[in-house]
Amino acid sequence: MSASIALPGATDRYEAPSTREPLWVKVTLITLALSFFAVFLLLPLGTVFAEALRKGWGTYLTVLVEPDALASIRLTLLVAAIAVPLNLVFGVAAAWAIAKFEFPGKRLLITFIDLPFSVSPVISGLIYVLMFGAQGWFGPWLAEHDVKIIFAVPGIVLATVFVTFPFVARELIPLMEAQGTEEEEAAVVLGASGWQVFWHTTLPNIKWGLLYGVILCNARAMGEFGAVSVVSGHIRGKTNTMPLHVEILYNEYNYAAAFAVASLLALLALVTLGLKALVERQANRQRREALRERAESSGE
Amino acid sequence: MKLKALFSVLAATALIGGNALAADVELLNVSYDPTRELYQDYNAAFAKYWKAKTGDNVKISQSHGGAGKQARAVIDGLEADVVTLALAYDIDAIADRNLIPQDWQKRLPHNASPYTSTIVFLVRKGNPKNLKDWSDLAKPGIEIITPNPKTSGGARWNYLAAWAYALQQPGGNEAKAKEFVGQIYRNVKVLDSGARGSTTTFAERGIGDVLLAWENEAYLSLKELGDKFEIVVPSLSILAEPPITVVDKVVDKRGTRKVAQAYLEYLYSPEGQEIAARNFYRPQDPKISAKYADKFVKTRLITIDQVFGGWRNAQKVHFSDGGVFDQIYAPGAKR
Repeated sequence: MSASIALPGATDRYEAPSTREPLWVKVTLITLALSFFAVFLLLPLGTVFAEALRKGWGTYLTVLVEPDALASIRLTLLVAAIAVPLNLVFGVAAAWAIAKFEFPGKRLLITFIDLPFSVSPVISGLIYVLMFGAQGWFGPWLAEHDVKIIFAVPGIVLATVFVTFPFVARELIPLMEAQGTEEEEAAVVLGASGWQVFWHTTLPNIKWGLLYGVILCNARAMGEFGAVSVVSGHIRGKTNTMPLHVEILYNEYNYAAAFAVASLLALLALVTLGLKALVERQANRQRREALRERAESSGE
Repeated sequence: MKLKALFSVLAATALIGGNALAADVELLNVSYDPTRELYQDYNAAFAKYWKAKTGDNVKISQSHGGAGKQARAVIDGLEADVVTLALAYDIDAIADRNLIPQDWQKRLPHNASPYTSTIVFLVRKGNPKNLKDWSDLAKPGIEIITPNPKTSGGARWNYLAAWAYALQQPGGNEAKAKEFVGQIYRNVKVLDSGARGSTTTFAERGIGDVLLAWENEAYLSLKELGDKFEIVVPSLSILAEPPITVVDKVVDKRGTRKVAQAYLEYLYSPEGQEIAARNFYRPQDPKISAKYADKFVKTRLITIDQVFGGWRNAQKVHFSDGGVFDQIYAPGAKR
């Protein structure tokens, strides 16, 4: 068992060159990658900020405090504030169950967690319309009890939760599987209760991976367009999230405002990237350590 | 004297007392794509009017999109107090789900259409491809931008206008019209889902030689995007009647029937008509119409009832699954 995971202990950051391609191949490859990066990523990103600020900072700030824009920002924050914690709890629970226990249907559960990744966002939205829409399964009952889900905030939250729900679980499952159950078992033997095991043993071990998952989940929750568009109803000032508001403003020839709101989303992306890089390094270290410890302990 | 004044104040308070002071009402108007600017102006005017008349504050929210998509949303439960859509069929679809009575179009004057419009061509400055009429659009090498008739109301008007033109030509018949419209759609470069998307594709992204557009949308493009474009009015077009109605199920549930009704009726008032005309919709009121006569080019306009036997029929023949549009338009087909 130990032989198959021998790599972490020996791996160094800088490996000896294992390839012997001539210089020109390297140069061509690097130039190609860098120019692709510049044209397809850097340029559009720059354009967003340039367009947003074309009419100056004054206009930029004015269009951002316009009531409909503010409403869209508020709604986006609200949706993320509900969806991310929900997925955090779900992700930890699912990862815990999958990594620490054996039960029938485990493989199936793992596959289903990935479902939102493989389904087109339009369908993610439509399933909720089909379930909770006026013509849907629960539509008549909901109408009778005056509960609004579709074309209101709950629908947007549901669609967002669905689309973002693999992020945390996906991040934690490999980490927790690598860590195994020895530490928890030790804690239990020493008399810790279930919660104590979780708070003092499991959580500290997974915190960086968890944070990484949460960051990705949050970025997607704020940026989701397709699924939310289907269930939103596009009522300005009420059910428009930031991505939807960008589209509306753009379609109204209001380019400065559209790009201003878009620049906020782009900023979010940049902050996410920064945080991600930071957390990723910590998360990787945590995983390497887990693997190394297991390798050592099983080798002894 | 003083006592009398006091008494009248008391009486007035008692009268209003029942429903508190100024009530706050909210309405949702679910509309199609190009009416954004129109209803932005109109909602402000109506709120002022309603405040003066009743003392209530009314706030109107807007939702815009392709007319078919919007009708679908209302059917699926989007709680619209009023719908102001691109064509009668989309409201018929709502009536078929019993949200409004079948005879909804009889409830307001002029087929429930307070303003009309027509379909024109928007071409690039100087009309470099020399496009004058529908027949020019069928020529090889012309790139046309129009939305998808399956999802957009305006696109269906575009399609039917071309069809009617072909029918009215000497020796025109259904088979020739099908051939003609097929040629036009083979020249379509981008098929967006709504009218505003098409306008953006043509005007902002610079794709295509000609945009088939609502007259109001074409004028708005000129206004918003400067004079990079010209409007060409074909020899024959279609009288587009975008209808409006209260959604009975919703207003009765929310108790907003009175204000919703007034909201629609005010569109027919001189003020409402003036706002429509200023936003490039053809007003119904003859006086306002005369005032803006120079804005709206006179051309031969056929109606949907004359040529296609009403919207239900047109929808069934042309735009249903496997209908004529599906037969002539295959995405990516060789021209």
